Amino acid sequence: MKCAVIVFPGSNCDRDLADAITKVTGRAPAMIWHRETTLPDGLDFIGIPGGFSYGDYLRSGAMAARSPVMQAVVAAAGQGRAVLGICNGFQVLTETGLLPGALMRNAGLNFLCRDVRLRIENSQSIFTSHYAAGDEIVLPIAHHDGNYVADAATLDRLEAEGRVALRYAEPVNGSARNIAGILNDAGNVLGMMPHPERVIEAEQGGTDGRRLFEAALMALA
Amino acid sequence: MPPRMKATVTVTLKNGVLDPQGRAIESALKGLGFDGVGDVRAGKIIELELADGTSRETVEAMARQLLANTVIENFRIDMP
Repeated sequence: MKCAVIVFPGSNCDRDLADAITKVTGRAPAMIWHRETTLPDGLDFIGIPGGFSYGDYLRSGAMAARSPVMQAVVAAAGQGRAVLGICNGFQVLTETGLLPGALMRNAGLNFLCRDVRLRIENSQSIFTSHYAAGDEIVLPIAHHDGNYVADAATLDRLEAEGRVALRYAEPVNGSARNIAGILNDAGNVLGMMPHPERVIEAEQGGTDGRRLFEAALMALA
Repeated sequence: MPPRMKATVTVTLKNGVLDPQGRAIESALKGLGFDGVGDVRAGKIIELELADGTSRETVEAMARQLLANTVIENFRIDMP
């Protein structure tokens, strides 16, 4: 089991994500700086952390998506490696085109920082297999641009193919169909706005995020 | 070669994409007492200094690859 966390200038959840991976696998991930053009050999799991990469200039995730390391991540995703993008990581994944749609400014314009209730929609993916479909979990969000937008045909296809992994239990940020996290068509890439890495131990106020890492990292072990 | 020409790329949200910032501007204008304000859409203008002779195709490629997210945005290029 070999993991990596990508670090951009402005990432600020990279160490939380590394910590969650370390606690679940017993082994620290490689931290990969955005200027790298290659990834370590034999990677199983790549995490793209939350934060404000490149200061959110132009659009959230736009600059990071064009950074050298992301070309390597796109190639690794194409080879079936698991890729998890959280918050800004989700924005980066849509900007690279690994996931469809885009994340726009929250409908209420406010930065939202609070716990939200979510429903697990698909428990068949490598990331969600330790939950049951319909499970309600609580994860924190902390974002300004989490308003998921895609055209109706794309939304219908995501729903029909079971690629909506998580949905807000109630409207939060204006996201189309309350979508909080989606999978790519092969199921090895998940982007989500809520922060599972912030709730893996009771001391953090909850453990609902832990099963996501256990599922993804044990499936690959 | 020193850059000598300029191009302007105007990026706007596609029709049908909800624009929360435009909405906020709209309601602020109404709050200031401006009547008759309809739909407001916010976008951005990017001014580029370019080497002389840079083609419109090159600027279009810049817009497609980075300046606009064509999932949600349209762009218009103005250059000599």
